[in-house]
Amino acid sequence: MSPLSERIVKALTGDEAAAEAMRQINPDVVAAYPITPQTEIVMNYAQFVANGVVDTEMVAVESEHSAMSACVGASAAGARAMTATSANGLALMWEVVYIAASNRLPIVMTVVNRALSAPINIHCDHSDSMGARDSGWIQIYCENVQEVYELLIMAVKIAEHPDILLPVMVCEDGFITSHALEGVKIFRDEEVKNFVGEYKPQFSLLDVEHPVTYGPLDLQDYYFEHKRQQVEAMENAKKVIPRIFIEFEKVFGSKYGFVEGYKIDDAEIAIVALSSTCGTTKVVVDKLREKGKRVGLLKLRFFRPFPKEEIVESLANVKAVAVLDRSESFSTQGGPVFTEVKSALYEVDRRPLITNYIYGLGGRDIDTSQIEKVYDDLGKIVEQNKVETAVNYLGVRE
Amino acid sequence: MNKKGWKEIPKAGIITEAGSAHNYKTGQWRTFKPIRDKDKCTHCLLCWIYCPDSSILVSQGKLVDFDYDHCKGCGICSNVCPRKCIKMVKERP
Amino acid sequence: MANLKQLSKIPERLSGGHRLCAGCGASIAVRQVLLGVGDSPVVVGCATGCLEVATTIYPYTAWRVPFIHNAFENVAATISGVETAYRFFHKKGKIKQKIYFLAFGGDGGSYDIGIQSLSGALERGHRMVYVCYDNEAYMNTGIQRSGATPQGASTTTTPAGKVKSGKMERRKDLTAICVAHRIPYVAQATISHWNDLVTKAQKAFAQDGPAFLNILSPCPRGWRFPSDKTVEIAKLAVETGFWPLYEVEEGKVKITYKPARKKPIIEWLKSQGRYKHLFRPENEHIISALQEDVDKQWERLEKGFLV
Repeated sequence: MSPLSERIVKALTGDEAAAEAMRQINPDVVAAYPITPQTEIVMNYAQFVANGVVDTEMVAVESEHSAMSACVGASAAGARAMTATSANGLALMWEVVYIAASNRLPIVMTVVNRALSAPINIHCDHSDSMGARDSGWIQIYCENVQEVYELLIMAVKIAEHPDILLPVMVCEDGFITSHALEGVKIFRDEEVKNFVGEYKPQFSLLDVEHPVTYGPLDLQDYYFEHKRQQVEAMENAKKVIPRIFIEFEKVFGSKYGFVEGYKIDDAEIAIVALSSTCGTTKVVVDKLREKGKRVGLLKLRFFRPFPKEEIVESLANVKAVAVLDRSESFSTQGGPVFTEVKSALYEVDRRPLITNYIYGLGGRDIDTSQIEKVYDDLGKIVEQNKVETAVNYLGVRE
Repeated sequence: MNKKGWKEIPKAGIITEAGSAHNYKTGQWRTFKPIRDKDKCTHCLLCWIYCPDSSILVSQGKLVDFDYDHCKGCGICSNVCPRKCIKMVKERP
Repeated sequence: MANLKQLSKIPERLSGGHRLCAGCGASIAVRQVLLGVGDSPVVVGCATGCLEVATTIYPYTAWRVPFIHNAFENVAATISGVETAYRFFHKKGKIKQKIYFLAFGGDGGSYDIGIQSLSGALERGHRMVYVCYDNEAYMNTGIQRSGATPQGASTTTTPAGKVKSGKMERRKDLTAICVAHRIPYVAQATISHWNDLVTKAQKAFAQDGPAFLNILSPCPRGWRFPSDKTVEIAKLAVETGFWPLYEVEEGKVKITYKPARKKPIIEWLKSQGRYKHLFRPENEHIISALQEDVDKQWERLEKGFLV
């Protein structure tokens, strides 16, 4: 492993970094359909293919539904398959997304988070990937371009682990991360190649000596058992992924966890958030800490499997928590992250007071002053020992 | 049949035994059973290529027998036989 | 040209014990198509529908070859993925033998919900054979009309009633649509003319790109005729000109079977219960329209045109 100081640094946007990671992974098959803001991934990758820089067979399918369908076919045929999409593209492939997970195919997909229609909006929010949270896919949210690059590489290892064998979606904020230029420390091609290794499928359609049938009809007597197996796979993921974190650190030097606490250990009040907003929040945490306020941030990197134990542990001493959701469930009880975090804290003896902030829908900007306001509100909540409003809308015009 | 639990079956519903439907006896569906007059049969094999259930057994280019475990008694073989040597005989009330 | 004795030596790739109806035309079509690939390795994909559902009821599978079912509208895209994986492995020298790729879709999964996926796969030029087993309605869900249902036919969503006389619209010509994709080989066939079908299947598998076979597969249940008449009904479709047998290579249309004397369409209509309402006196004009349609299509084919 070359020390971080020796790594080459490339100026890349989130999409370019995803394409770069894919270049080094060198998947066997890529089937993808363009949609803003994912398009740069597909276009960059197509250029790699055109220049013979990768061995990938790339299929320019005629829709996202066919993109995931072709990936399912390729993966069932024993190939390492990758794709990428956003928003309505993910929505269009929805039934096949479920099929990929239930067929236990280790497909890795970059989801460039973008709002779902209607009205049509090409900017960032999490409604797309949150809509797929029950699909059985592992979900990873990246804070910045460096994370997109690194976690996409790690995702392949996670997906293909024989005790997991679940597809993984690696999410990055549309435009905010996907089109933002950062100095990204790049691993060496050899390192990535050795880390991901070769995909060894258990049942391949091309193993004609041992014909198998994929996707049978289950009647009432077997479907439940097959779904129970999928649950087991997610449970295994919880146990296996920490080992992959250790291996990743050994090879590449970066340390990862299901969550990342930022100045959370002695925090009195904390924000729980995903993705790029965590970067903004860290700036606010530093500023308020300088003023002596005991504030912190809990970043959720993995949303599936849901890191309940890590959340409970990290928030053990926090008095009030604000969960930021960049999507709405329209349940009238707040966003998906809020609901799941609240549920995780239900059994805790000393539960923190908890409130929800829906923000950033359709790419509505969130800045440091708004996050400061959230911590301000949390301060008042602790003072009054009461949550006035369970669900707040941050940044919407009334 | 005692059905297996989730720990015992291959994941994802993948069926690893090719052609396992062979163990499912659709012959139980029949009302009429094809009976062949072996003397009249010229082994033209037309019944074989028209059988929907792969239930006409051929060996070395000659018709051997019907696979009564799977034959559903549709009657197509009897209908297409140019020599009319297959009769559909009522098997069950 | 195919020879029954030779063909009978090919191992059966579809086992008995599947749960398609007694007398099902689709299973005959599948068996005959599979003969076209001989004993070469083949991976089969199937869209949701009668064929897929009845041949793979867990834990039973009637398929003795690798098989994948994904969803209703995407067998062409799925097999595109499998074929692409094969191309990759073959390129890398990891798989040396030639493997064939075969996609089955009903008329639902090919004419209607699956047409986009089919079109995309044909345009991309994958080396695959796509077979539509056309039974002219969504049979598996209970005989609902599809884009392939012929004009005048009664289905459960275009039933004959007091004010309606079955499906009003003429059917789509999917065979012509596939020809328009400029793929190496397109053909229409049916199960009664087994030699014609198997020869066409052999030709389809021999192509270095996509091939499309549209195979009329009579359905005793949906078309309402006794289960022993399936092959007879298919033959009648050909003899009346309702289902012309032809193939198209490099844009050239070639009729592969000409009935000595075309039977009137009324014989076709008489043979199936789904048309019995057409024999009411007020529906005579529909029968004339159907005869005209068949005659015009035949004329076009003889001149070398499809539409």
